[in-house]
Amino acid sequence: MGFVVVAQVVTQAPVERFLNALGSGVALGAIYAMLALGFVIIFKATQVVNFAHGGLAALGAYLVSYFATVSNIPGRWMGDISVTLQWTLSALLALAVMAFIGVVIERITIRPMIGEPLFAVAMITLGLDLVIRTTTNDLMNNTNQGLGDPWGVLVVEIGFFRIAQTQIVAIVVLLLVGLLLARFFKTRTGLALRATAFDQEVAMAQGISVGKVFAIAWGIGAALAALGGIFSSVAPRGAGVDPFTALIAFRAFPAIIIGGLDSIKGAVVGGLIVGVAEVLAGTYLGGVAWLGIGFGGVVPWLLMMVVLLVRPYGLFGTPEIRRV
Amino acid sequence: MLQVANLEVVYRDVILVLRGLSLEVREGQIVALLGANGAGKTTVLRAITGLLDIHEGDIAKGTVTYNGTEIHRKDASQIVKAGIAQVMEGRRVFAEMTVEDNLRTGAISNKDSAKVKDAYNRVLEMFPLLASRRKDTAGYLSGGEQQMLAIGRAMMANPSLLIFDEPSLGLAPMLVAQIRDTIVDINKAGTSVLLIEQNAKMALSIAEYGYIMETGKVVMDGDSKKLLADEDVKEFYLGLHSEGGERKSFRDVKHYKRRKRWLS
Repeated sequence: MGFVVVAQVVTQAPVERFLNALGSGVALGAIYAMLALGFVIIFKATQVVNFAHGGLAALGAYLVSYFATVSNIPGRWMGDISVTLQWTLSALLALAVMAFIGVVIERITIRPMIGEPLFAVAMITLGLDLVIRTTTNDLMNNTNQGLGDPWGVLVVEIGFFRIAQTQIVAIVVLLLVGLLLARFFKTRTGLALRATAFDQEVAMAQGISVGKVFAIAWGIGAALAALGGIFSSVAPRGAGVDPFTALIAFRAFPAIIIGGLDSIKGAVVGGLIVGVAEVLAGTYLGGVAWLGIGFGGVVPWLLMMVVLLVRPYGLFGTPEIRRV
Repeated sequence: MLQVANLEVVYRDVILVLRGLSLEVREGQIVALLGANGAGKTTVLRAITGLLDIHEGDIAKGTVTYNGTEIHRKDASQIVKAGIAQVMEGRRVFAEMTVEDNLRTGAISNKDSAKVKDAYNRVLEMFPLLASRRKDTAGYLSGGEQQMLAIGRAMMANPSLLIFDEPSLGLAPMLVAQIRDTIVDINKAGTSVLLIEQNAKMALSIAEYGYIMETGKVVMDGDSKKLLADEDVKEFYLGLHSEGGERKSFRDVKHYKRRKRWLS
């Protein structure tokens, strides 16, 4: 598995131990939040439960590995640039390619299914997931491919507080994504997306091209999935993209449900809750023998069940999700 | 301006809802389209505005022409761009969005932000109430306010033809009068109106011309004054008795309706 809860130094004082775990949890939560955001945007706009999210995440991470370490695109034309810039450009290119792939997927497999039963569409995404994952696994020869990120295993130490540089980057990127999305939803296109999410027919009656909105939602969704895939494939969460990377979407699932299937705010909050809960449980319950090893990975699912029992539509979800 | 000719609409390839319907709206007119529940009034609206598709409906025969171009093969967004906007039945405001955002969606096909701003100011002038509740969530407005918002949203597109689908449905008589005045104002400002209604009295009081539909066909049409004076219309849609003009009991009207129809 590509995921290991960061080993905490055993000799920490309780406060230090807690804060370090918290930082690590927020960083993991940021990854879940990115994945959840992509999933929720696709679901909100198109009512499609996207089972191909994991595949998209893995493919995105693989593309970064390919651009940054194999082909050196676009770095090879940039002359003498820093590793950080070279990698960042590769990652941005990968995200752009993923957005394009998302648009293509929507056009070919989702658009023709408008008006068909949602179950059938969900099954199509399940098939897509298989296709994307197998292709990705093939591309990386079923082995682990490093992403070539400039941060590696470096950590930042502020007093007793230790956090990996990649974790800081993940949190910063989530903040950026959040700000950009908040901005985007105020634009004309963003408004069209919101309107379509609320009521497809009324949106059409206002002159909104629902097809375009679907394409945009899938483009953004696929890029966000890739972003989650990238950060789950770098240290300390993983050591490169491998055939297990796609499982990250499965692990982000409780976050999506806890936040509410159709809430942007919920995706972020749910992601952070699940990330923190998972790491805290790993830190404090890891040593409890009768719980066994890896109890941290179970906690998100327990949490999800509890939330569903109290609020069946998640913390921020719409009580009744309209079908169009 | 708008010509609908011999329109046939089929739902799910089997249910024939419109059976050769024709009607016309001329520049500057208010035209009423009347009919009972299930006559196919809303289907006419969907056929004109390109919304049949998502209801699994299809135009099997006939044409819809707007300002000389055929629009029945175009999709909804192109039709809005061509200048036809609609106020849907049941208001259908985006309940979770603010009043302002609701209005903005109406102008979404217009990329010219200066023109959108103009339209926005005009709408707020027309409905001062919306101006004061700009930042409020639309779902918390009252029914009448939501109807104003729905009309304002449609006006944001600067339509040359505005189609109303049962704007008086579920509103108190005072509000119905208010909506009626609004429609007249919009028309006076230069927008042609197709008014789809069950409330024949209200519709014919402001319309120049009227069509009466029954089971997918126009069974009668003429000047509003002529329709209002027609004995059958009085009995069917205004609930007036032919002699003396006094109101029949509801049961009598129902019974009579079942017995006598234009089409047998």
